[in-house]
Amino acid sequence: MGDSFLRHSPLAHLGLAARATEVSEFEATKFEADDAEAGVAMGERPYRGLVNLRGPAGDKAFDSAVEKALGVALPIEPNTTAGPGKNKDSLRVFWLGPDEWWVVTPGDGPAMADRLRTALAGQKAAVTDVSESRTCIHIRGARARDLLSKGCPLDLHPRMLSAGRCAQSLCAKAMVALHQTEDDSGDGAKEGGPAYDVYVLNSFAEYLWLWLEDAAREYGLRITAE
Amino acid sequence: MTQTFRLPEGGLIDRERSLGFRFDGSSYRGFSGDSLASALLANGVHFIGRSFKYHRPRGIFAAGYEEPNALVQLGEDPRTDPNQLATLVDLVDGLAARSQNRWPSLDYDIGALNNLASRAFPSGFYYKTFMWPAAMWMKYEHFIRHAAGMGQSPRERDPDRYDKTQAHCDVLVVGAGPAGLSAALAAARAGARVVLAEQDHLLGGALLGQVGDTIDGAPALEWARAAEAELRALPEVRVLERTTAYGYFDHNFLTLIEKVTDHLVRKPDHLPRHRLWKLRAKQVVLATGSIERPLVFRDNDRPGIMLAGACRTYVNRYAVKPGTTAVVFTNNDSAYGAALDLHGAGVEIAAIVDLRREVIGPMSELAEAAGLPILADHAIVATEGGRRLKRLRAAPMDASGEQVYGSGEPIDCDLLAVSGGWNPTLHLHSQAKGEIVWNDELGCFVPGKASQAALSAGACNGDFGLASCLAEGAAAGQKAAAAAGFKAKGRKKATPKATDHGFLPARWLWLVPSDTPLGHGGKHFHELQNDVTAADLKLALREGYRSIEHVKRYTTTGMGTDQGKTSNVNAIGIVAEATGRAVPDVGVTTFRPPFTPVTFGVFAGRDVDALLDPVRRTPMHGWHQRAGALFEDVGQWRRAWYYPKNGEDLDAAVKREVREVRRSLGIMDASTLGKIDIQGSDASELLNRIYTNAWKKLEVGKCRYGLMLGEDGMVMDDGVTARLGEHHYLMTTTTGNAAPVLAHLEEYIQTEWPELDVYCTSVTEQFATISIAGPNARRLLAELTGDIELSPNAFPHMAVREGTVAGVAARVFRVSFTGESAYEINLPASFGLAVWQAIMTAGEKYGITPYGTEAMHVLRAEKGFIIVGQETDGSINPIDLGMDWIVSKKKDFVGKRSLTRSDMAKPDRKQLVGILTDDPETVLPEGAHLVERLEPQPPMTMLGHVSSSYYSPNVGRSIALALVKGGHAKKGQKLTAPLLDGRTIGCTIVDPVFFDTEGDRLRG
Repeated sequence: MGDSFLRHSPLAHLGLAARATEVSEFEATKFEADDAEAGVAMGERPYRGLVNLRGPAGDKAFDSAVEKALGVALPIEPNTTAGPGKNKDSLRVFWLGPDEWWVVTPGDGPAMADRLRTALAGQKAAVTDVSESRTCIHIRGARARDLLSKGCPLDLHPRMLSAGRCAQSLCAKAMVALHQTEDDSGDGAKEGGPAYDVYVLNSFAEYLWLWLEDAAREYGLRITAE
Repeated sequence: MTQTFRLPEGGLIDRERSLGFRFDGSSYRGFSGDSLASALLANGVHFIGRSFKYHRPRGIFAAGYEEPNALVQLGEDPRTDPNQLATLVDLVDGLAARSQNRWPSLDYDIGALNNLASRAFPSGFYYKTFMWPAAMWMKYEHFIRHAAGMGQSPRERDPDRYDKTQAHCDVLVVGAGPAGLSAALAAARAGARVVLAEQDHLLGGALLGQVGDTIDGAPALEWARAAEAELRALPEVRVLERTTAYGYFDHNFLTLIEKVTDHLVRKPDHLPRHRLWKLRAKQVVLATGSIERPLVFRDNDRPGIMLAGACRTYVNRYAVKPGTTAVVFTNNDSAYGAALDLHGAGVEIAAIVDLRREVIGPMSELAEAAGLPILADHAIVATEGGRRLKRLRAAPMDASGEQVYGSGEPIDCDLLAVSGGWNPTLHLHSQAKGEIVWNDELGCFVPGKASQAALSAGACNGDFGLASCLAEGAAAGQKAAAAAGFKAKGRKKATPKATDHGFLPARWLWLVPSDTPLGHGGKHFHELQNDVTAADLKLALREGYRSIEHVKRYTTTGMGTDQGKTSNVNAIGIVAEATGRAVPDVGVTTFRPPFTPVTFGVFAGRDVDALLDPVRRTPMHGWHQRAGALFEDVGQWRRAWYYPKNGEDLDAAVKREVREVRRSLGIMDASTLGKIDIQGSDASELLNRIYTNAWKKLEVGKCRYGLMLGEDGMVMDDGVTARLGEHHYLMTTTTGNAAPVLAHLEEYIQTEWPELDVYCTSVTEQFATISIAGPNARRLLAELTGDIELSPNAFPHMAVREGTVAGVAARVFRVSFTGESAYEINLPASFGLAVWQAIMTAGEKYGITPYGTEAMHVLRAEKGFIIVGQETDGSINPIDLGMDWIVSKKKDFVGKRSLTRSDMAKPDRKQLVGILTDDPETVLPEGAHLVERLEPQPPMTMLGHVSSSYYSPNVGRSIALALVKGGHAKKGQKLTAPLLDGRTIGCTIVDPVFFDTEGDRLRG
């Protein structure tokens, strides 16, 4: 693959990195003037490795081949994720359906797809690299859950969705996959709220970002460079 | 002006914060905590508006959401809202309100003549008057709308921002009166996630308007404040004030509107004005209270006539004297509380007129002890006063309650407090399809069986006493929490103690008699907002209407913005009595959302302007913008339409683009095409069953065009599918059908053919797709790739190769929608822009021309290629398109059974043909009808229509595709296209391929 400076993420044209230092202008007009922290922080986390895996869960050969390749057993409980390491930035497998998963890796998507393809050669399974199809919007902060609730009809209460769980849904009019990365008391949550990775198709990314930015207005928004 | 009618002390108002406001141009002052209505009353303003039909003077009638009269226009364009209830508008400094339904002014109103001519406005007036001639309705309507109507809608667009959000909870409590607070506490203490919604900005409900009630020995409001503090401190409780639950739908889905900034003088830019809550609750506790019922007596609508409970609220909550000398008119005990409170506030009570034959019991004893004169078994038979009540007459009744003796004694007064009993607020219970039953003892409708997970508690359940409200609320809260999975732990907290006043039975008289027959002099209004009288109801019954729903529509009773909150039950009672039926046999009309009016803006939320709908962008979108492209919407995608140069219009730009593609080289962004990755040992089998043609023998590395039919045998989609490996295909779909085709495949795999070993994954967005086409396409590509052999033999038409293009891993398809030698290059999406730019640079020497969707349409039409959705419309099959060559006779496929019906091959079906106009410069409009025999004027027998039509510089004339009945057999025949503008255009049916009919360029 070519040089990375040739790449353009779906939100690159919005110049988010340049805005990353500012706290939104609405902050100044906020009623709670003593509350210096923005209620929400948002940034783009592009270029994740994303491999779509289909196959018969429960089939011994399939399960063990995948587990061997990934170092972790496939999650079979709906809306859960699994990963081989404690490091939250390491490889994670999302349950998307009874026979569908995403392997999400900070590394190279095509390489991961090759690894799985080799491991599953000759088996009933499908491995598809979809790394380039989506970007990820990271949302965190005290009002992150309220912000997502404006667009997402799912119940995001900690009893229903907590760190390590994932769900497919809509946010506004865009299809998304949500992955809650931290609980309300999560260590890295400077804003003291939960944190989410929101995966969205490239073509919808600008719409979703602008929608979320507008919806976050009342909470105060800080843009982060991820 | 001074607040002459403000009591020196008391009330839940902040006397330190004096606020200025204007009503109909006059300036007044009120206090923070006032409603607009209470502030007006404090200034002695009772005359607020004119009525809907007769333009009679009307005043403030209630103190809450049931107000039928005091509707005002707030603010100035564009921030203006009509039909706002003065009783619900929080007073804000600088607030400006206007009366409605008057012209030119409230005092001098032309429409008031309607009152003099009221005989001309019986029920069903519109139906009777404006029926004939029907064509005149457009004229009538103009005047009717002008004269009637309520307020004025803003003329400019709404400048405010609105928010929508979704929420979930275990228990939703609607209403924060004693029952609601009690329920919320019980549920929250059990650990349930609770939302408490209250339309007022203060919690307490009925307690806010009453003094003297105690809970656990302390003033009742103190208990309410403690309950509020406890609720607000709990993390799982969300208290929403200024929030009205206005709709209750299936599956315990409710909608609430929160008024976020209406009460703020300086409205912060970051806050929405209103917020719509779309709430899903596991359990609902309705604690919506009750609405006082008026009495229906003669001329019962003058300013100064108010509900008794409202008088109490004005005195106690707002410290306002609603009058100087009052008469109380009642059929029940509760109005005695109002009489005593008014008396305590220094209002002279001229009389308590009680419909009951005998008045005994604790309440009347209190009144007598206070020296208030009681006229038992009396009725008010007349009222006087124009802009304010001046005098009334009360007369003794006969035993039946149908007549009075004499004309009664005149009593001077400026306030008449009325009570006809109480109606539980059943709106949400009924919206949720809960049963409504009549309770004879209470004389009101009460909730029956709920049809959803909902409980009613307190006054809305027919339990009007404070102690029972508290107990019932607590029980409902606990029950709802338990049903949601939260059992109360530990010792149950005792329900607080409160006293209930024992009420004596009321006397139910739906229609209070007068000294003149009904309808002769004076009006018995039962419905104030729409000006409907008891006589109107009786007329409707005489004219044959029986169902209460029909009577409602004919007389318009209950059809105002208040939905008859104070009128419906009286209307039902009057109809029951007049027809000799029991009230429950008459039944109730339907309760519909919204409970109170809701701003339109909140439904739109932020889904307006740029956020109205997603704009889907390809990876090269920004480049097209910078190149000055104009865009067209294709579904949610925004595709480059054409790239005008030097002020070119569409025609000029497209002519240049299509010429350049055929002359040298064109480049197009084809990223929006749907792409589906298909893997599995049965992938070939799947394609074989889905497409009309055969797939099993397609070699790896080759592509094939396929046509997909619906089960009805009609064309559904088309596209090229490539075989990437033994068990691996990449299917392309049309842009608009990407998602439907994937759903189609999944449906068959999951429901019909689960045995197939095949998986489909959408990869539409994984790739940026760049299409280069034209005689120089291969030469250009050769410069950009070192590892793909491009010679026609090594890489023929309809083949696919993998390699690198401009240094980026790519999959290259040699396919063509233009008829030129062309390549579609699939790249990882994030590299699409960089490679596009590299191709543009390398292509400069060939004069590479970016072309848009319009040029693409012309190029493919020159070749006679169809576009699904343009040449097809769901009723076109492959035979119609002349594409039987792609339909296998041997194997089965989806749609085959339908396609083999004899009708599908009938020779007179509409068939795809080419059309050439007699004049080569004339371009037929798309959609133009084609006829064989031209008549002087329509109707004419239509043979078909033009589906695609362009000027083709490459052919040197206009070309068109059309669907014509029996067209395949009519080649060479002359047709005419009669156009809307009167022109008739002669043309000839030809073969649909206009350019390079042998296909040499394609394979070159």
